[in-house]
Amino acid sequence: MSATGAAAAEDVLGVPSRTRYGSAVLRVVLPTLTFVALIGGWWLGTIVFGWPSYLVPTPFEVAEEIVDQRELLMSNFWTTLGEALLGFALAIAIAVPFAVAITYSRVLELTIYPALVALNAVPKIAIAPLLVIWMGFGLGPKVVMVVLICFFPIVIATTTGLKSTPAEIVELSRSLSSSTLQEFVRFRFPWSLPYAFVGLKVAITLAVIGAVVGEFVGATKGLGYVIVASGQTANTTLAFAAIVLLSVMSIMLFYAIALAQRLIVPWSEEQQR
Amino acid sequence: MTAIELKGVSHVFDTRKTRLEALAGIDVEVRDSEFVTLVGRSGCGKSTLLRIIAGLLRPTAGEVRIGDAPVRGPSRDVSFMFQRSALLPWRTVFENVMLPVQILRLDRRTYRARAEELLALTGLEGFEDRRPDELSGGMQQRVSLCRALVHNPSVLLMDEPFAALDALTREELSLELQRIWNEDRKTIVFVTHSIQEATLLADRIVVMSPRPGRIARTLDVKAPRPRSLGVTAHSDELDRVSAELHELLFAGHAPAGGVDSA
Repeated sequence: MSATGAAAAEDVLGVPSRTRYGSAVLRVVLPTLTFVALIGGWWLGTIVFGWPSYLVPTPFEVAEEIVDQRELLMSNFWTTLGEALLGFALAIAIAVPFAVAITYSRVLELTIYPALVALNAVPKIAIAPLLVIWMGFGLGPKVVMVVLICFFPIVIATTTGLKSTPAEIVELSRSLSSSTLQEFVRFRFPWSLPYAFVGLKVAITLAVIGAVVGEFVGATKGLGYVIVASGQTANTTLAFAAIVLLSVMSIMLFYAIALAQRLIVPWSEEQQR
Repeated sequence: MTAIELKGVSHVFDTRKTRLEALAGIDVEVRDSEFVTLVGRSGCGKSTLLRIIAGLLRPTAGEVRIGDAPVRGPSRDVSFMFQRSALLPWRTVFENVMLPVQILRLDRRTYRARAEELLALTGLEGFEDRRPDELSGGMQQRVSLCRALVHNPSVLLMDEPFAALDALTREELSLELQRIWNEDRKTIVFVTHSIQEATLLADRIVVMSPRPGRIARTLDVKAPRPRSLGVTAHSDELDRVSAELHELLFAGHAPAGGVDSA
């Protein structure tokens, strides 16, 4: 079972190799180009159209603002990140049992599922002011908003995953007389993970949006609050700085989930290719 | 000794829209350590019959016995192998082979040795730590065969296990299966569409006819083993059986698809 033995066998039997030359370089270069083009376009816009700083600041002014106001921005960054992550974790904790219930019980599927669809049809932003009335200006209403927004994609994706176990895998499980719990733990649940991660990737970006919406309608801190406050003082540059940090947060969270997926379900890329 | 006994087995698939008579009055006996192939055109109920023997499907009528006991559901003594390898993509080759040991809560250490032995027997040494998606289709089916044998069942049911493979790999695996069976004589019921596969492997061939699925004929294959696909002394016998199979399978079905269904 030495590494060389395995490598030799790989050549003889023509087992496909995973590495594709140049893909690693392209994976870094192409997204970088996208960002350079976006920021370049923004900068060019400020020059060509002569937008004044109080309407659209240049990328350099925004970068300067981020450095100057780093303490204010970072403390609010952590607040928003905390709300998003807490809500996201709660959404998973609630959504997964729901998905399991829907998968295993036809009755629950028929009763819960339409309610979920109806709940999802309600524009969540419209509920935000009510949450403030009910729960005040603290952490609570933001987390609830995040949960409401994240819940649906996670339930849908996880349910799809749990139901997608191929017929022969289910028969294999049955032919070994697996208990319901064994079937779930050994077959259905791991099989659902690549699908569940699709939902998690959608949900994590929505989580940031949910936190900001929560902050918009009533907060004393967080990047959403910074944007509202800077709007009132016409400090456009600070608002832009907060928006840039929110994007950075979203991107980081998205790739954190993608990384988790690669570590937890390394087979999923093969499955979804 | 009789390993598998089917008496008057019938099965009807009853759904809201259609009523399909899949099997009617099937009587079969399979002896201990016998290799039986089940041949027939598509839709003649071969796979249904196999699932009934496996206890995955309860027949509408009739009785199935394995050994001395009537079949009430899946049993650890009966193993099933599918057309698709049905390997778990998150497990390594070795972990996939050990799956039945884990599910059936057997002693890991005892069966570890057997798993290694089977992997060596099927030429998978050195691939224990690979994941299924790194293997070719033929190798995946080898892993699947090891998994089906690891807990030492007395009966192995195979549902067109090599049908998804290319022709050459298919022949190679048939010969390998014959070799493995020769060393460890399980009772095997093997469903196939391939006349060549059926003739090469079987002690006895059960030919089924469709709508509803019935047993049309049973043929003994007396050629000595090990049989091969090359030129051999007993190729006359194999040729005779395969010619007879062709006649049976195409009899009264002038153009494929069947006149009798119209």
